[in-house]
Amino acid sequence: MLRYTTDHEWLRTEDDGTLTVGITDYAQEQLGDIVYVELPEVGREIAAGELLVVIESVKAVGEIKMPCAATVRAVNETLADQPELVNSDAAGSGWLARIEPADASALEALMDDKAYQDYLGSL
Amino acid sequence: MSLRDFEMRGDFIRRHIGPDDEQVGAMLDTLGLRALEDIVPRAVPDDIVSHTPLALTDTISEQAVLGYLRTMRARNRVYVSMIGMGYHGTLMPEVIKRNVLENPGWYTAYTPYQAEISQGRLEALLNFQQVIIDLTGLPVANASLLDEATAAAEAMAMTRRVSRAASMRYVVDGDCHPQTIAVLRTRARHFGFELEVGDPATLVAAGACFGVLLQYPGSSGAVRDPGAVIEAAHAHGGLATVAADPLALVMLRAPGDMGADIVVGSAQRFGVSMGYGGPHAAFFATRDEHVRAMPGRIIGVSVDRDGQPALRMALQTREQHIRREKATSNICTAQVLLAIIAGFYAVYHGPQGLATIANRVHRLARIFASALGSIGYEVLTPEFFDTFTLHVPHRARRLAARAREAGINLRVIDADHLGIAFDETINRAVLRTLWTVFTRDAEDELNIREIDAQLEQCLPAELLRSTPILTHPVFSRYHSETEMMRYMRRLARRDIALDRAMIPLGSCTMKLNAAAELQALSYREFADLHPFVPLDQAQGYQQMFAELESMLCDLTGFGAFSLQPNAGSQGEYAGLLVIRKYHEVRGEGARDVCLIPSSAHGTNPASAAMAGLKVVLVACDEDGNVDVADLAAKVTAHSERLAALMVTYPSTHGVFEAAIREVCALVHDHGGQVYMDGANLNALVGICRPAEIGADVMHVNLHKTFAIPHGGGGPGMGPIGVQAHLMPYLPDHPVVDGVNPAAGPHGTIGTVSAAPWGSASILSISWAYIAMMGAQGLRRATLVAILAANYIAHRLRDHYPVLYTGKNDMVAHECIIDLRDIKARTGVSVDDVAKRLADYGFHAPTMSFPVADTLMIEPTESENKREIDRFCAAMIAIRAEIAAIEAGTADRIANPLKNAPHTHRLLIAEQWDRPYSKAEAFFPMGLDEEDKYWPPVARIDNVYGDKHLHCSCLPVEAYADE
Repeated sequence: MLRYTTDHEWLRTEDDGTLTVGITDYAQEQLGDIVYVELPEVGREIAAGELLVVIESVKAVGEIKMPCAATVRAVNETLADQPELVNSDAAGSGWLARIEPADASALEALMDDKAYQDYLGSL
Repeated sequence: MSLRDFEMRGDFIRRHIGPDDEQVGAMLDTLGLRALEDIVPRAVPDDIVSHTPLALTDTISEQAVLGYLRTMRARNRVYVSMIGMGYHGTLMPEVIKRNVLENPGWYTAYTPYQAEISQGRLEALLNFQQVIIDLTGLPVANASLLDEATAAAEAMAMTRRVSRAASMRYVVDGDCHPQTIAVLRTRARHFGFELEVGDPATLVAAGACFGVLLQYPGSSGAVRDPGAVIEAAHAHGGLATVAADPLALVMLRAPGDMGADIVVGSAQRFGVSMGYGGPHAAFFATRDEHVRAMPGRIIGVSVDRDGQPALRMALQTREQHIRREKATSNICTAQVLLAIIAGFYAVYHGPQGLATIANRVHRLARIFASALGSIGYEVLTPEFFDTFTLHVPHRARRLAARAREAGINLRVIDADHLGIAFDETINRAVLRTLWTVFTRDAEDELNIREIDAQLEQCLPAELLRSTPILTHPVFSRYHSETEMMRYMRRLARRDIALDRAMIPLGSCTMKLNAAAELQALSYREFADLHPFVPLDQAQGYQQMFAELESMLCDLTGFGAFSLQPNAGSQGEYAGLLVIRKYHEVRGEGARDVCLIPSSAHGTNPASAAMAGLKVVLVACDEDGNVDVADLAAKVTAHSERLAALMVTYPSTHGVFEAAIREVCALVHDHGGQVYMDGANLNALVGICRPAEIGADVMHVNLHKTFAIPHGGGGPGMGPIGVQAHLMPYLPDHPVVDGVNPAAGPHGTIGTVSAAPWGSASILSISWAYIAMMGAQGLRRATLVAILAANYIAHRLRDHYPVLYTGKNDMVAHECIIDLRDIKARTGVSVDDVAKRLADYGFHAPTMSFPVADTLMIEPTESENKREIDRFCAAMIAIRAEIAAIEAGTADRIANPLKNAPHTHRLLIAEQWDRPYSKAEAFFPMGLDEEDKYWPPVARIDNVYGDKHLHCSCLPVEAYADE
């Protein structure tokens, strides 16, 4: 099941308990043509609210914050050469990082699909 | 009529101010005003109008000002300065002086944000970057920073961003130039870095550090192999920066090849006069992997819509206008004109020519050092390029005095040591003169030819350059003056500068830069002074500084000015440090919150972050004004920790906010200080004094309000004015005493720029502007600037909504037109309108600042009503083109806006498959074919350029069609 943050990140729980993080279609549209994605080092522990990924378009910068304290387990290496994947397939091949949360229950506080759609409607 | 009426005393005023009485009358009529003076009660809040008249004298004619400048010039004495320390004599090729420095096509251009109409200077800047890439041995270089010392400070800050070392310790080579060390100390303090200055090898070995700065060659002249220290720094996870001399790098091994991660320096000696401190371009180069952490503007190659190579500024997301307090630096205006000159100097001389110059300078220095050695002098730096240090126990001052008697300045390092630096201007005759200073025995002959024949290489082979430089054809093609002249002309004609059309950029104040104002720059007595000469050689300059300071104090109401900050961003930084220091001295050092309205220019938060302040945003209300209720809440919430409010006045929205006094008072009530951003001072001069409104500190952009040309993105000057209670803390300088005469027991904020009085030579421009305008002319200029902005707002109002207005529905000196609704309904963006304006022959207004999808228009007082009407007609014609899309008669994609700008390539192409005519595309509004501006490239693909970063000269094949 997907969860969403108010910063327009999505998180998907994988079978091994890790979370895959990406940005929503709404977010990629706001940023425009993405030219660069700065990914974290694998193995780094990052506190909740700290910077996870920086996404740059020609005219804007998106800072993707850690939704919960976690360790970076993998990053989407293909974005180094094809940052445009975040535009074309934000929910799929444009994923950013895979993280292992310190506390698995952290997700519960986040929005589900319906809540996120309502949130978008309120903007 | 009396004689006085025939003397044309106010002649300059009417030359500077574009609209004549009749046109002013017509604009007033349009606005329903009777007299120009009625602007004040109509547009300006009553409680900020100054009631104390200016003390400035009346207007002085051009001829009188030139005469006065000549007397100042006579009070500057040009010696041969062999002081070194980062400033060297140089010969600006006359063909460059005449065709660039003295050519408004180059000096009146703006920063190349509108890349399609800036291809000429972008190519010139790319040449500069290529020179730096070749010399430093690093793959990316930017298009200049303000000076070597601040470039080194930027390198230190960048090092911290990039380095993985946990340590906050930064090691600085004690043989760096003293002004560099002083600027680093100022910066390090507020970043919380521990700066250690001394022998770099020992210090790096002593413990962890995040980086090291080395000088190569050292300030003493010594050429040392930096390799071992660089390796040791890397072992700590740190980065190594090398501050290098570009002429030395022509002969020496490139620092990049020896492991340096960053190389900085000054390109001054590539043909740019010392100018008593500036302006000059500093350079900054680094490795590919660090490019996103790099400060300053980078020119990159991309392609246009037709696949043609096209240049533009790359990776702008690093910069303050987008990333605000998280930007890599607060730098905004750089030193574009000077970088262009340095780049052309390399084009003019080519690799062979530069090698010849470097070898000559090196040879002369060695001949002299060898001669001194032969009569018993001790040279402490046996391995040197152009500078050496002499050990002269107890005699340094005496020898330097003797040298001065012979018309030569040497560097007195201390009582026992002298430095002698050679440069391109030194010849055999200077050597002979200098010889008489050091020898008492007339028998000691200086046999130059004999010594020259016997010299052996003094530099270790492993430190000599082995890689070629300037191999790109552009550095070999233009060595005859005819070719050089044509190359510069070809580039200049690609750009829209003020010599072609008005540049209605809001907040940039693109006013006239009158020829008479620029005259002093070409005087040797202003151009050829080293910034560290004894003050008695620079009395003309000192007099000008004093006069300019008192003029600025009179106009702004402040107690004193510091002329040191080299740009508006530097002024902000210096001003905030002054405020911090004031709080510290009062025992309130914990005050670290800086309030900034959300509408502020990006430099404001970026500067606050550099000063170690925490940025707290203040909301704006729906009229665009500072939300006083929100401000009141924030000052209360942060009362204990409130350091300052940064506010622009008139606001960045181009409005005289009525509540400004209340805003300032709120901040003062809670112990804070008010920093006023002077970007919009052109709306206040002669009417209001910022210090009377409540500002404690303010920077003045001399390149906006006081007529210094923009130079295509610099030079600028950002002196700061302060109230009396802040005067003791204004910047000082480690080499020149007395820069802040009010300095007291608590000390100053330190040094913010390399040179004591910033870019001293261009201060003459503002001085001349104020002198020629006089009190009456300056006031009239302000009134006409406000009138013209309101006239434009009035004329465009029925076509585009004017976003914000103040009292009586009036704007200040600029107006914002809103395209958000147009974008939503037609898909036409501000970019489309901006590029379409190029087809009409205009530079676009400021785009999407301070509000996204709007255009901000500032005509200034210098634009004639005919030009303003021509611009308004273009905007209205463009609105009609948009209307056709709204009405469905034009396609949403295949329309002249989306396809703009239209190039000559399109005109001559076989096929014309557009649903609109060629006449509409190329000659809208019945443009005159004779005067048509042809954009050299079509719409540039910014995405391509940022994804495929390329910031050196294009490969040779790209030049094949020329």
